[in-house]
Amino acid sequence: MASASPNGATAAAAGPRGPLEGLRVLDLTRGAAGPHCTKLLALYGATVIKVERPRTGDLMRHAGPFVGDTPGIDRSLAFLDLNVNKLGITLNLACESGRAIALELVRRADVVVESFRPGTLARLGLDYAALCAVKPDVVLASISNFGQTGPYRDLPASEIVLYAMGHEMYGTGQPDAEPASMAPGVNLRFAGQTAAVATIAALLGRDAHGRGDWIDVSIMECFAASIDRRAISLTAYDYTGEKMVRLASVQGIAIPPMFNICGDGYFHMTVGQGTWWDGFVAALDQPFLREPRFAPPLTDPLLREEFDAFWLPWCMARTKREIVALFQEHGLPVAPVNSIADLASDPHLEARDYFANLLHPVAGMARYPGPPWQMQGTPGALWKAAPLLGEDNARIYGELGYDREALAKLASAGVV
Amino acid sequence: MARRPGDGLSDGADDRAAPSPATPYALPPTPLQGVRVLDLGVVLAGPQAALLLADLGAEVIRVESTQYFPPQTRGIFAHPSPEVVRNTIPVSGGYPNREPGERPWNRFPWFNTHARNKLSMTVDLQQPAGVAVFRRLAALSDVLLSNQSPGTLERLGLGYAALSRENPGLVYVEASSFGASGPSHDYRALGLQMEAFAGHDLLRHYRDRDVSSNTWAVTADAAGALGMALAAQMALYARRRSGHGQYVDLSMIENFIGLIGPHVLDFMHNGRVPRSLGNRHYSAVQGCYPCQDAGGPSRAADRHGRERGHLQQAASQTTNDRWLVLTLPDDAAWQAFCRATGNPPGCDDARFATVTSRLENHDAVDELIAGWTQTLPREEAVVRLRAEGLMAGPVLDDADAMADPHLAARGFFWEIDQADTGRHRYPGMPYRFANAKPGVRQPPILLGEHNAQIYKELLGVSDAAYEQLIAEGHIGTEYAAHIR
Repeated sequence: MASASPNGATAAAAGPRGPLEGLRVLDLTRGAAGPHCTKLLALYGATVIKVERPRTGDLMRHAGPFVGDTPGIDRSLAFLDLNVNKLGITLNLACESGRAIALELVRRADVVVESFRPGTLARLGLDYAALCAVKPDVVLASISNFGQTGPYRDLPASEIVLYAMGHEMYGTGQPDAEPASMAPGVNLRFAGQTAAVATIAALLGRDAHGRGDWIDVSIMECFAASIDRRAISLTAYDYTGEKMVRLASVQGIAIPPMFNICGDGYFHMTVGQGTWWDGFVAALDQPFLREPRFAPPLTDPLLREEFDAFWLPWCMARTKREIVALFQEHGLPVAPVNSIADLASDPHLEARDYFANLLHPVAGMARYPGPPWQMQGTPGALWKAAPLLGEDNARIYGELGYDREALAKLASAGVV
Repeated sequence: MARRPGDGLSDGADDRAAPSPATPYALPPTPLQGVRVLDLGVVLAGPQAALLLADLGAEVIRVESTQYFPPQTRGIFAHPSPEVVRNTIPVSGGYPNREPGERPWNRFPWFNTHARNKLSMTVDLQQPAGVAVFRRLAALSDVLLSNQSPGTLERLGLGYAALSRENPGLVYVEASSFGASGPSHDYRALGLQMEAFAGHDLLRHYRDRDVSSNTWAVTADAAGALGMALAAQMALYARRRSGHGQYVDLSMIENFIGLIGPHVLDFMHNGRVPRSLGNRHYSAVQGCYPCQDAGGPSRAADRHGRERGHLQQAASQTTNDRWLVLTLPDDAAWQAFCRATGNPPGCDDARFATVTSRLENHDAVDELIAGWTQTLPREEAVVRLRAEGLMAGPVLDDADAMADPHLAARGFFWEIDQADTGRHRYPGMPYRFANAKPGVRQPPILLGEHNAQIYKELLGVSDAAYEQLIAEGHIGTEYAAHIR
């Protein structure tokens, strides 16, 4: 039995815990965006049954990097991360018995989430109409690259393709280089988190008005509608005819720069020569900076040289945490540029009990990011690691009335 | 006992018994119909979270003030000069036709993007009478959303403890960079500092440049908005059974780290500190490659012929700025690429024969790919790659997006007429519903547009008292004289 702790340290949660306790989710997703959506539900108490293809499972099981750099279906770091708190069964949806079982599972579920290529559910005889026939108020969330309709519907796409077509990649990066994407995996998980917003809304709507819904989430549009510059730049374009372009950052102009190298890495601060300049000068407590010639704006390159001659050695003699602590005391916006190692040892995250220990029978023990927000009335928790392939077959099929023998028959028939 | 929301302006849908699916509706209800939200958001995450709920049908009341101008919310300034506007990038300076206009705070693209489907009221929370007004509103509401710096609301007597005493059903979501507890909880961190702290900067910079080459992105802020909306809804779900609201402490840094889980596990399991791959992929050939055509012009002047300010001129944007992205995960994809490109010399280079060798020689692979993409206009290159079933796509800019046939077919853009800006297209929702039909109920809110409605109808304020509140600086539609 996996052991875990709410947001980190001591006590173990024995099962789903949180605001969504009692909610049953049938999870037909694979990859990253869909599983991240259902993971958020699982982190906050929903019982999420993850359905995988027999023998091969979710393709993400085969995606590296791996634990110990050794491939294995229970060693994919992305799979382990995306599927915490989920129960796992195998089921071949493409055969008639599999379809019948799926409908039985739908009957017992509140929410169904899927991320097949559009049209797949219909081909499997599991489209919204079919699900409503067994569960009239079901909430079905479909997450796909471009949505269930439209000219791009069937185009193949990877994460970077979707981000690029979500039109903000164009404006990201240096003008003398190619457009730049976000860190790998971030974009698809962002889309999954967006899908969760609509899914919970539909659930609340079902409870209030008695009717479920079929939600059609388009990953490309999740990016196009994002408030990280994108949606705003679209509005600004319609207002002015000017598009967002890649601009040289103020890095080379601002004093001090935004990114600053220091003894053990970098820190980032927003001082420029605006609101926080006086606080910056006070923090440094250097007489030469208080002289009238250093009053903003500092356009003289000689003054800049003089500043740099002091600033660079000053930074190099200190660690990023020391520097951040000093400037924060003076109310300046400043943060260390953290690596993952820095995050793992950060005292604030430690005090917040942010990382949670989880034991996986194959991958072993590790600290995972904890629930993303702290709900003080109904806290979420990590209670189990990602499922082994078919780990919960006996339990879930048992609930449907299949004993060991019957289950074995299903397995040899390739249904399970 | 949970309070009954929805008296006053909303239709009190919460009080109805759930109708059977067979009951026909005149208009299908939106998912969050009957839920009342108070929007105390500033800058990005808070107002965007409120928009997500508003678009899904909630009644969202944005609580604003004519006495105080929150930074980067309804503008850089309430009254920006034409010169400031001209020298600011479009997201912050892109007023219609680059003109601030009479009431610039109603024309700010950054704000108007998340300002529809809400109601706007003004009140001065620095005065006891204003605090009293807010407490009455909170007693009538289901959700409060705030991303103001920690402690701000508490100091005004509007913290969770105070408000939940009068309304135990209140869901109070407070988002901040570091959260409401912990040694750094009162650290000041803007969007860019969150990206740095949360580990994003070191995972996304160009491979051949250091982290200082990163230009701005505020993914933690944007994801924070999603988290706030989710947390509020989850708490509402729990409230249906418990009858109680609750306080939610959302650290946008912690929420973001949830998006880089595998990188965290690479360290926790393998002791490895992940480095940025730039645009590359862990196991596939991938990159962003330049195409030939000039495409949409890089404007030295806007479409009305006015010259842009010096900041825009410094953009040094070449007109050849058309790119595509491509992911080739395996041998089949590599062979498809070779077919799509007419088997250029080098395709059968031994260095490119396997997945592993291609990754090891990725620079040389990039040269080959770019050598081909550079000879073709972007659209043609993409079509040829897709004809072989490859994962390829254009790097679209804003102009491309506005003209995109898929976004048009999906009804992604919503055309909205607002009094101070006229008729414009705005990005809508990224999801569709088969039954519910969310849409535009209210254009981007003008400051204080719904004061009369909220004070008189919802709060039952008399005409005389209303006039008094105007005189005291609570109620208005323009910023006070002392605001720049």
